[in-house]
Amino acid sequence: MPSQAVVQVENLSRFYQNQSAIKNLSFSLNAGEVLGFLGPNGAGKSTMMKILTGNLAPSEGQVRIKGFDIIESPREAKQQIGYLPEHPPLYREASVDEYLKYCAQLRGIQRQSINKALDVSKQQCGLSDVGRRLIGHLSKGYQQRVGIAQAIIHNPPVIILDEPTVGLDPIQMRDIRCLIKKLGQEHSVILSTHILSEVQATCDQVQIIQQGELIYHSSVETLNLSQTPSMTIGLNQPPKIEQLKQLDQVTHVKAIDDQRFELFFEGESPAQAVVEQSVQQQWGLYELIPGQQSLEDLFIELTQDETSVDPEVAKK
Amino acid sequence: MIITIAKYEIRTLFLSPLAWIILAVIQVLLGYMFLAQLDNFFLLQPQLSQLDNVPGVTDIVVAPLFSLAAIILLMIMPLITMRSIAEEKRNKTFTLLISSPISMTEIVLGKFLGLFFFVFILVSLLMLMPLSLFIGTPIDIGKLLSIFISMLLLLSSFAAIGLYLSSLTDNQTIAAVGTFGALIMLWIIDWVSEVLPRNQEVVSYLSLLQHHQTMLEGIFNSADVAYYFIFITVFLVLTIRQLDQERLL
Repeated sequence: MPSQAVVQVENLSRFYQNQSAIKNLSFSLNAGEVLGFLGPNGAGKSTMMKILTGNLAPSEGQVRIKGFDIIESPREAKQQIGYLPEHPPLYREASVDEYLKYCAQLRGIQRQSINKALDVSKQQCGLSDVGRRLIGHLSKGYQQRVGIAQAIIHNPPVIILDEPTVGLDPIQMRDIRCLIKKLGQEHSVILSTHILSEVQATCDQVQIIQQGELIYHSSVETLNLSQTPSMTIGLNQPPKIEQLKQLDQVTHVKAIDDQRFELFFEGESPAQAVVEQSVQQQWGLYELIPGQQSLEDLFIELTQDETSVDPEVAKK
Repeated sequence: MIITIAKYEIRTLFLSPLAWIILAVIQVLLGYMFLAQLDNFFLLQPQLSQLDNVPGVTDIVVAPLFSLAAIILLMIMPLITMRSIAEEKRNKTFTLLISSPISMTEIVLGKFLGLFFFVFILVSLLMLMPLSLFIGTPIDIGKLLSIFISMLLLLSSFAAIGLYLSSLTDNQTIAAVGTFGALIMLWIIDWVSEVLPRNQEVVSYLSLLQHHQTMLEGIFNSADVAYYFIFITVFLVLTIRQLDQERLL
């Protein structure tokens, strides 16, 4: 992996009139990483991506893509980027093939390799069967895929996707996430979303921004490890809470309602002990769910409490 | 890259029925006018033959035809140019061009070249009418060429100003009305020259159609050509600046 970061953002700020949409943002991304941008609506995710792709000029700060400054050498920098904006830039009256061909030409792909690039990107996005259909007649999910195909047709090292799964049905969402994961193996991907499970499912790194400020930055792996393990159980004839607390490894018990409890534990999961005790003492166990809500909790915690600062960010 | 954009522009133009209908309507209107003018000429012919140094068929039939064509097209060109950038902004497809490795200058020149192709097709179709006179009579080729070039330059100027107004808004109707207003203003600007004798030269120099008129008479003056080139350049530069500026807002 090259030591130089593929995307480097330094002290980026952006103001709309007096309002600031992005405040002093810095981060970098290495090759082959998938970075997820999380934030509530209006947090500045789209503004961020517009700046990264040269659609907006930053008020302060620098963006470098593979060492090319987006302002000083836009042509070289843009050559490295594939961008899917919030609204896919599709010509409804063109067919998928015509459209992708035009995109390939705009990205300066040589005439003889256009057809090959077209086939590869269509195949990657599952568009091989709809090449001759008009884009305006395709469903939203397919249009979104055309948007992604357009972004990857020139095989750019950096792919920037702004809310790629908005408005899709669950199956299409799953497909697109798979595609993003696949893309992440060869390219660097930056994606923005407000769907938390999406970040957990596809990203290596996660950044949470709110009101233009980076309030959390970490890798998804450490995020998954750092959480306190917990599980939720449901009992038909629940015992007293004290009895549950006495189970091995359990440190803390929270009652969700009369029959359901959340157990926090250290070390090994007490699942087996719970089942055994339930059988012996006839608690009537009907539900046992390992906890996994980490990112969502974190997100809500961070975005509701504006003063909270993550130690990792504070270190910088 | 400019050619790629121009090709796509002209393709999009001809995908919608608008371009075809405009071509058809203009052809019908001017065809009728051409026939009427021709009939006029036959009426006048006996009297003309008795005079010395009479104007030829090119002056009597063709020049007025294209003088009228200029005014009809002044009203129709805004409909062609309005969608050029405004539509892309409205449909958010302009992002595609901006995020591609092309400069704003290339985008604008590509768009303009696309419009120029359309203008070229339009004028070439119109030129078929005077060329058909060849069957019956010799015509002044030099004058015809002057008219052809004049029409191209005039319509390209219309296109440049239309492109600029289209870049100002994401609403096609506003772009069309704005272009229409600007073009009419440039047409009637010299109507006050009699009232304002002191500034007469300035205002009549600004008028788009003044320059067209002299070229229709077969006077190929490099000052007129320069006027059109400066006019086109100014509006293209304004368009580029406008679009570049939008990234800062």
